[in-house]
Amino acid sequence: MDFFLGGLTRGLGLLINLDPEVYGIAWLSLRVSLSAVILAALAAVPLGLVIGQREFLGKRFLVVLFNTLLALPTVVVGLVVYGLLSYHGPLGGMGILYTPWAMVAAQAVLAFPLITALVIAAVITLDNRVGPTALTLGATPMQAAWAVLREARFAVLAALAAGFGRVITEVGAAIMVGGNIRHYTRTFTTAIALETSKGEFAQGMALGFFLLVVALAVNLASHQLQARWK
Amino acid sequence: MRLRVLLIVLLTFLLAAPAMAVDRLVLATTTSTANTGLLDVLLPAFTKHSGITVHYIPVGTGKALAIAKRCDADVVIVHAPALEERFVADGYGVDRQALMHNYFVLVGPPGNPAKVQQAGSVVDALKRIAQAKAPFLSRGDNSGTQVKELALWKAAGIKPDWPGYREAGRGMGPTLTMADELGAYTLSDIATYRKYLSTGRISLVILADNQDLLKNPYSVILVNPAKCPKVKYDQAKKFEKFLLSPQGQEIIADYKADGKKLFWPVHPPK
Repeated sequence: MDFFLGGLTRGLGLLINLDPEVYGIAWLSLRVSLSAVILAALAAVPLGLVIGQREFLGKRFLVVLFNTLLALPTVVVGLVVYGLLSYHGPLGGMGILYTPWAMVAAQAVLAFPLITALVIAAVITLDNRVGPTALTLGATPMQAAWAVLREARFAVLAALAAGFGRVITEVGAAIMVGGNIRHYTRTFTTAIALETSKGEFAQGMALGFFLLVVALAVNLASHQLQARWK
Repeated sequence: MRLRVLLIVLLTFLLAAPAMAVDRLVLATTTSTANTGLLDVLLPAFTKHSGITVHYIPVGTGKALAIAKRCDADVVIVHAPALEERFVADGYGVDRQALMHNYFVLVGPPGNPAKVQQAGSVVDALKRIAQAKAPFLSRGDNSGTQVKELALWKAAGIKPDWPGYREAGRGMGPTLTMADELGAYTLSDIATYRKYLSTGRISLVILADNQDLLKNPYSVILVNPAKCPKVKYDQAKKFEKFLLSPQGQEIIADYKADGKKLFWPVHPPK
């Protein structure tokens, strides 16, 4: 039992003691994962809207494809992004391997199919007259799309929250392309993996607890946004 | 629309905040040098001395060399002589220098089912384990430790193929925990073993230690600039020189974890 209690008390200690290294880790995790989700959403939300609302040849195939991509293991995404960003890879010239940017890229790739699939699911069940009605009322196509998005806003925000949960908890891709460099690319999950491998189980548990607190704060903020955006 | 403004502000803020491009040396290295905390003492001293920042990527020896082969690191510190020699012979590495050493330990369950003689020779111990067909847990991850383990079986003239010989496919810490739970013997680096023992996580005992066959030598190798034109050879060379200088060697000699010396530099300070 002291295994769990020890981790919990240490987690509280980390929160209160303002250990600069731990706060650095928390800040980096938050920054990387939020950036990744926003970048992924910029592509995934419009794409999900189009796939969900329009009828076209191959629509079913795309839906199945995005649902299948949800099964992508994070380590595989890490490997693929590593292959792209590595010196000998096609994007090696950018020189961003082992920087936070590499982690943002890998996590955006991870979040993209998840957000797309959930947005499709959200708008596919929506009354498909919302868009056309808006159009007949004189809305531009952009405004019509916005109207559809508004109708599905709760499900879309849930999709973003799910994307955020997926990327801030993943360790395989972050450790592979970030390198777990101290004070630079060490996130919550890579730090937990490191502490566990060192036998510092209490520190690992404590960081896990801290991660949950950060996730809670993010979800509270997004909930707040949801409540206002009526 | 307030929301759109908010999103744009948030995105700009997040993406602008990370000061990304840094001038740095990338060191790919084994987990044992990183997990013991040695690098956290050694690297700041070098930065102070030279103004060069070093970022280390803690992975196993096999992976560290693979990263370096793809030109994604400037310098490596590893501990698997056979792999290192091939790395240099194949033209990927240059200026390989011995840096320091410590010892592997053979550990096993306190019940000692194979009746291995304590503090005897490691070859004799492995023979007894094989004879008893006792459980043995290998790292199975192409790490320096596994390479050493395979070399030891070879030295003992044994092919480890009985059902109790298993591969964990994991790092040293998890392998020790698994060996403890399975009642198996295993080979470990001394630092990880001590750490796990001190937390009361395992009850494995040392059966062989401090002998030539168990020596664990670490080398520093620079990535060949002829193969990887973008590699920071000059800075890496400075780093290697610093490690082998009296100052660098003294830091290694003086480094202690839990009050115990962990590494012996190649040029011990007088």
